Amino acid sequence: MEWTSYVGPLMQGAWVTVELTVYSTLLGGLFAFLFGIGKLSPNVLIKSVSVAYIEIFRGTSLLVQLFWLYFALPVAGDALGIDLRLAPVTAGVMALALNIGAYGAEVVRGAIQSVPHSQYEAAKALNFTPRQVLWRISLPQAIPEMMPTFGNLAVQNLKDTALVSLISLGDLAFRAEQIRNFTQDSTTVYTLVLLMYFGMALVVTALMKLLERYVGQWRMVRR
Amino acid sequence: MLFGIEWDTSGGWAFAVSILPILLHGLWVTIQATVLGFIIALIFGLVLAALKGAPTRFIAWPAKLVTEFLRDTPLLVQLFFLYYVLPDYGLVFPAFLTGALALGLQYSAYTSEVYRGGLEAVARGQREAARALSLSPTRTFTHIILPQAIPRIVPALGNYLVSIMKDVPVLSVVTVLEMLNVAKIIGDRTFNYLIPLSMVGGLYLIMTLIASYGVRYLDTRLPKHGLPLK
Repeated sequence: MEWTSYVGPLMQGAWVTVELTVYSTLLGGLFAFLFGIGKLSPNVLIKSVSVAYIEIFRGTSLLVQLFWLYFALPVAGDALGIDLRLAPVTAGVMALALNIGAYGAEVVRGAIQSVPHSQYEAAKALNFTPRQVLWRISLPQAIPEMMPTFGNLAVQNLKDTALVSLISLGDLAFRAEQIRNFTQDSTTVYTLVLLMYFGMALVVTALMKLLERYVGQWRMVRR
Repeated sequence: MLFGIEWDTSGGWAFAVSILPILLHGLWVTIQATVLGFIIALIFGLVLAALKGAPTRFIAWPAKLVTEFLRDTPLLVQLFFLYYVLPDYGLVFPAFLTGALALGLQYSAYTSEVYRGGLEAVARGQREAARALSLSPTRTFTHIILPQAIPRIVPALGNYLVSIMKDVPVLSVVTVLEMLNVAKIIGDRTFNYLIPLSMVGGLYLIMTLIASYGVRYLDTRLPKHGLPLK
């Protein structure tokens, strides 16, 4: 079999990888902001839920989380009498998003805390409400600070999507394993796949750089 | 039964207690893989960092490309590559060694950046002062640069040790019987995934909490201005 014949099925897998990366990065970003801001909340309940979420998902392995959602959650559902079986794609996106979201939450918290304290004092002096402080003072200054680390996390997330092949989702890594089983041509298949992942990572890095430049404008004073 | 230990399915707690020793067998493999992978990462990372710092572009540039490549491709695929491709060239290793090698290679990209970052963070004035005092380059490195770089490098390396530990479950795909794989097998045979997988999560949480406490302790104990000279 010619190596060119691998390209078709691998591209199908690559598309699944792209979709997984996009969905889980967006959802993970949402979790990052929710729990990152939650960790700074004066409300004890919100704060402790956020801290628990961050510690649990940063403190355990992604594969453990993925297997827990896919294999253990249905058993827990059985015990409670509800159907908690997740489709592989749901379990995959949830596990990836929850995991990357926990890392992102720490970045969000750090960036918000690094906004100079005098900014908050000024906002207080000008009688801003807490919501206004968050939207008009904290976030516009904090988000540009988060971007370089978010770029790394997005690439991390792309790499992590390979793990969903272990719950039989047909992503790039899964297709590679299928073709290898079929042709035994491991060298060609895996070299191609590594190069494809590398290419996708370069694209993700470039996109995140563009986004970084775009949100960099938020640092400026708007009139 | 696994590792010669029976499990007791009479009740939730009894089951949990009976499989704990089995999971601890797996935990021991996880720790071994972590340590071996970390050692490989430390050594390869040092080589990569040295090559990237090479004076000629013909060495530095490929080394940078290799670092990017190792860092931007998934551990799982790198592991499959090593596991299936190396034997085609007559290099047959046990799965455990292949796994540790994959961990080490992936993380050497990160450790090499830690070394470089740590060395470059030492203020320029320090090098200039050493030069003005006509210290030899070797002496400058061992007595001026390194003692100041180490307090920055060690905690960062510690964080990667924790990351490696969290990546060890990936090795289960090449039949390494680390903790997650053991839990999965117990689940496959008893149809109860909830208890073993939750216990693995709990054990991971304990280990990472201890490890990150250790890293933070190291960070506070290492003098920020450099290790004192004798």
